[in-house]
Amino acid sequence: MAGNNNSRTMRINLKVWRQQNEKVQGNLVDYTLDSVSPDMSFLEMFDVLNEQLVKKGEEPVAFAHDCREGICGSCAMVIDGEPHGPQTGTTTCQLHMRSFSDGDTIVVEPFRAKAFPVVKDLVTNRTALDRIQAAGGYVTVSTGNAPDGNAIPISKEIADLAMDAAACIQCGACVAACRNGSAMLFVSAKVSQLALLPQGQAERDRRVSRMVWQMDEEDFGSCTNMGSCAAACPKEIKVENIARINREYAHAMLFGRVSERVSDE
Amino acid sequence: MNLDSKIPSGHISEKWTNHQFESKLVNPANRRKFSVIVVGTGLAGASASASLAELGYNVKTLCIHDSPRRAHSIAAQGGINAAKNYQNDGDSVYRLFYDTIKGGDFRAREANVHRLAENSVKIIDHCVALGVPFAREYGGLLANRSFGGAQVSRTFYARGQTGQQLLLGAYSAMMRQVDAKKVELLNFREMLDLVLVDGKARGVICRNVLTGEIESHAADAVILATGGYGNVFYLSTNAKWSNATAIWRAHKRGAAFGNPCFTQIHPTCIPVSGDYQSKLTLMSESLRNDGRVWVPKNGTDARSPDLIPEDERDYYLERIYPSFGNLAPRDIASRAAKFVCDEGRGVGNTKLAVYLDFAAAIKRDGRPVIEGKYGNLFQMYEKITGENPYKVPMRIYPAVHYTMGGLWVDYNLQSTIPGLHVLGEANFSDHGANRLGASALMQGLSDGYFVIPTTLANYLGSTKLDKVDVSHQAFKDARAGVEQGISRMMNIKGGKTADELHRKLGKLMWDNCGMARNEQSLNKLLEEIPKLRDEFWNDLRIPGDAATLNQELERAGRVADFIELGELMARDALERRESCGGHFRTEFQTQDNEAQRDDEKFCHVAAWEYQGEGKAAKRNTEALNFEYVKLATRSYK
Ligand SMILES: Cc1cc2nc3c(=O)[nH]c(=O)nc-3n(C[C@H](O)[C@H](O)[C@H](O)COP(=O)(O)OP(=O)(O)OC[C@H]3O[C@@H](n4cnc5c(N)ncnc54)[C@H](O)[C@@H]3O)c2cc1C
Ligand code: FES
Repeated sequence: MAGNNNSRTMRINLKVWRQQNEKVQGNLVDYTLDSVSPDMSFLEMFDVLNEQLVKKGEEPVAFAHDCREGICGSCAMVIDGEPHGPQTGTTTCQLHMRSFSDGDTIVVEPFRAKAFPVVKDLVTNRTALDRIQAAGGYVTVSTGNAPDGNAIPISKEIADLAMDAAACIQCGACVAACRNGSAMLFVSAKVSQLALLPQGQAERDRRVSRMVWQMDEEDFGSCTNMGSCAAACPKEIKVENIARINREYAHAMLFGRVSERVSDE
Repeated sequence: MNLDSKIPSGHISEKWTNHQFESKLVNPANRRKFSVIVVGTGLAGASASASLAELGYNVKTLCIHDSPRRAHSIAAQGGINAAKNYQNDGDSVYRLFYDTIKGGDFRAREANVHRLAENSVKIIDHCVALGVPFAREYGGLLANRSFGGAQVSRTFYARGQTGQQLLLGAYSAMMRQVDAKKVELLNFREMLDLVLVDGKARGVICRNVLTGEIESHAADAVILATGGYGNVFYLSTNAKWSNATAIWRAHKRGAAFGNPCFTQIHPTCIPVSGDYQSKLTLMSESLRNDGRVWVPKNGTDARSPDLIPEDERDYYLERIYPSFGNLAPRDIASRAAKFVCDEGRGVGNTKLAVYLDFAAAIKRDGRPVIEGKYGNLFQMYEKITGENPYKVPMRIYPAVHYTMGGLWVDYNLQSTIPGLHVLGEANFSDHGANRLGASALMQGLSDGYFVIPTTLANYLGSTKLDKVDVSHQAFKDARAGVEQGISRMMNIKGGKTADELHRKLGKLMWDNCGMARNEQSLNKLLEEIPKLRDEFWNDLRIPGDAATLNQELERAGRVADFIELGELMARDALERRESCGGHFRTEFQTQDNEAQRDDEKFCHVAAWEYQGEGKAAKRNTEALNFEYVKLATRSYK
C-alpha cells in the first residue's frame, strides 16, 4: 500500500557470498527471485530467498540484522561493491527494491576487512570496534554524581555538532569502504562528540591516545585521507571529524600526560 | 503464591527515601565478593551493568549481539520524560506521577510510579554528565517537547534518536567498566534457561550463537533486562531479535507473569505494504506535536488529500478530545483510528490508514523548523514508502509497539523467584494498562541506574547464599534440558519455516487479541493456538547444524516460546472482564466507545503461575490500592 508499485514485480538475479565459516573458502552462488516487489526492503528480499532455501532443505543465507530501521548498525552487506549499496545515507535494511530494475543482477558480499573476520556467509565479527570504545569512548562519571542538567549551558551549535558525530551506528561501513581497512572515521566520530562537549574535556588527551592505540592494536589499517569512508557512511558522518581527531591526537602528544602505550592499567 | 509487593510504609513522597535508608547495604570491600549476571544490554541492562560494576560488584553481562549497543533500545525515537519543570509550565514529580497513574488507567502500583517520577530528574542529570547530546535552545539550556497524555512539556530528546543517544550513554558507562575489568562482556550469547539452587536464582544456561556451544554461568543473583514481547504478534515495531525466551523460561521456573494481555498498540506507524512485510516502522509520537490526524468526512471520497477542502475533513482527535487533541494517549488514539477505518473512512489502497498531515505546521513555522525537529523521521518515511511527507500527508496506522505486561516484580524489582530481578520492559511494573509516551526510556534507566543498586544490595546483604558453581547438579540438569530441546527441534525435519509459523501466530493474535478483543475471539484463539503448537512440533524445518551459527534454530526457539506466551495472553485477556487502557474488550465499553473499567472486580494485577507442561496456569492477584490518585474514569475530552 505504501508506494504505488503494487502490481509491478521484478525478476532479480543475485550472486551471494556463501562461506561456511572463517576457516574455509567462500564463493559467490547464483540465485534468482521471480516476483520481487519494489516496495520490499533489501532484507525482505533475503527473507523471501531464505524461506525458499529452507523449504528446499538448504541452509539459508546468514546475515546480521535487528532493528531494520537504520539505527542498530547490525545489517552490513556490500552490494555491487558498495557497503550498504547504491543509495547514499542509507543502511542495507533501509534500501528498498525500488532502487533496482527488473532483470538486474546484484552481487552481495560481506563487509570485508582484516579486522572483521567472516563468521558465516554475510556475517562478520566486528567486535574490534567495541574494544576501541572500551579503551576510552566514555566520560568517567559514576552514577549519582551529576550536577543539574542545566548547570552547564552548551550552545545549540556545539550540541548539534556533537549530535552529528554521535549519530554513528558502528556498522563498520567506513572500514569496509576503506582500501586500507582503517577505522578512523568511526573513532573520530566518538572522539569528536566528546571533544566538542564540556563533559569530555577532562579526559580529552587520555581518550584520544588510548582509542587510537587500541585501533592500531587491532587489525585496522592506517588512514591515508582518501575519504571513501565518509562517502559510504549511511549516517553521513563527515570527514571533518578526522581533521578533529588529528588535532586532538596532536594535542595529546604535545600537552598530554599520557606517554605510555598502556591499554591496561 | 505469595505476592507481597513490599511497598514501604510512609507518605508516598517518602517511601523511596525511607526504603533506601532501611535497605541493607553491602560494604565496599565485600561487594567484590559478589557476582551478578545481567542478561540484555538495552537501557535497563546496560545501565544496571554499569552502576553495579561502579559499586564494585563483579558483573557478567550477556549480550545477544556482537555489540551491546545494538540492543533494541537503540531504536527509540521520540524522547524521555522528566519532571524538571524547566519550562515553568507547572510540572512536578507529583504531576508526572499523577499523569502516569491516570495514563495507565489505574492498573499500576502508586509507590513504584512515584519512585519513577522522582528518579526521572536524576536520569537527565546523569545522562548529560555522560555526554548525551540532548537538544538545546540557543541559550544553551535543554529543550523540551510534549508527548501524549500530558499537558506540560517535559520530554527531553536528541533529534529523533533519543533511544540511540541514551543507550550510547549507558553503553559507554558499561564499556568503561569492561575496560576496568568489572564487567565481563559475554557477547553473542542467548540465554536459554534460568538455574535455581535451593529455590534461588543462581545462574543461567546460554548458547553461544557463533559456535553453538551451550554454556553455564553461575552467580549470586540474576538480572533479566531482556525487553518486551511485542514480537508475539510477528509484526510489531520491535527489533527482529527482540523475544520473550528469557522471561518465558524464567516463568516456567517459577516467576509469575504479570498482566500478560496488556499490550500497547501505537497509533502512528507506517502501514503494512505486502505479505513479505517483516516488521513495522514507528513514526514517533512526537510528530503529533505538529502533525494533525484526519480522514475524509465521507468514506467514498477518493480524491488526493490536497484536493479535499478543510470542511470535508474530519480531524477526529481534535473533534472528540478537544483538550488533548492530537496528543491524546496512545490507546485512545489507536482505537479512534480503528473506529474511523472500521466505518470505511480509512485512506490509501487498503483503507487501513489515516493521514498525519504537516501542511499547517509547515505553513506556520516554515520547512526548516519542521525539518530541524523531525528531519530524520521524514527521511525514514520517504525511504520506506517512496513518498515525500513535506508534500503529501503521511499515511499511518496503529501497530503493536510495547508490552506493559511482563514478569511480576515487587517494589525491589525482584520476581517471585528470590535473587531473580527483572528490569525495564521485561517487568510488568510501572505502566499499568497503558504506557505514556517517553516513559519506557525513563523506566529502563530508573531501574538500572537508580533502583537496582539499592535493592540488589538489600537482597545480597540479607540473604544467606551458599557457594555454588556450575558443577552443581542443577546446572547439569538445566543444561541437559536445553540440549534436548534443541535436538528435538532440529530433528523434526518437517516442511515449515519458523517465520512461516510465526506469521501465522501473529495473525491469530492480531485478529483475536489485538486492538479489540471479546470472549468469542479469545475463545477462538484458545482453540487455534494449541493446533499451531502441534503444527510447530510436527512440521518445523531447521536446516544445517546446531553447532554453528544457525539463525533458523535461534528463530525457532523463540517462536516456540511465543506460541506458549500467546496462549497465556489470550487466557489473561479472557479472564479480565473489563476494558482498561490498551486492553479493550468490546463487551465493556461506554456509550461513546471508551474503555469501561470494573474497579470492583478488577482493580488488581493478575500474576500467572506456571503449573507444568500441558497444565493451565494459575491466576493469582495482587490488589491495587489508590490512596493518592482517586480512581476515576479517564477523560481526555
Ligand atoms: C521503535 C520504537 C520507538 C520507541 N520510542 C520510545 C520513546 O521515544 N520513548 C520511550 O520512552 N520509549 C520508546 N520506546 C520503548 C522503549 O524503547 C523500550 O521499551 C525500551 O527501550 C526497552 O528497554 P529495555 O532495556 O527494557 O529492553 P531492550 O532495549 O529491548 O533490550 C533487551 C535486549 O535483550 C535482548 N534479549 C532478549 N532475549 C534475550 C536472551 N534470551 N538472551 C540474551 N539477550 C536477550 C534483546 O535482543 C534486546 O536487545 C520505543 C520502542 C520502539 C519499538
Ligand atoms: S538492521 Fe539495524 S541498522 Fe540495519
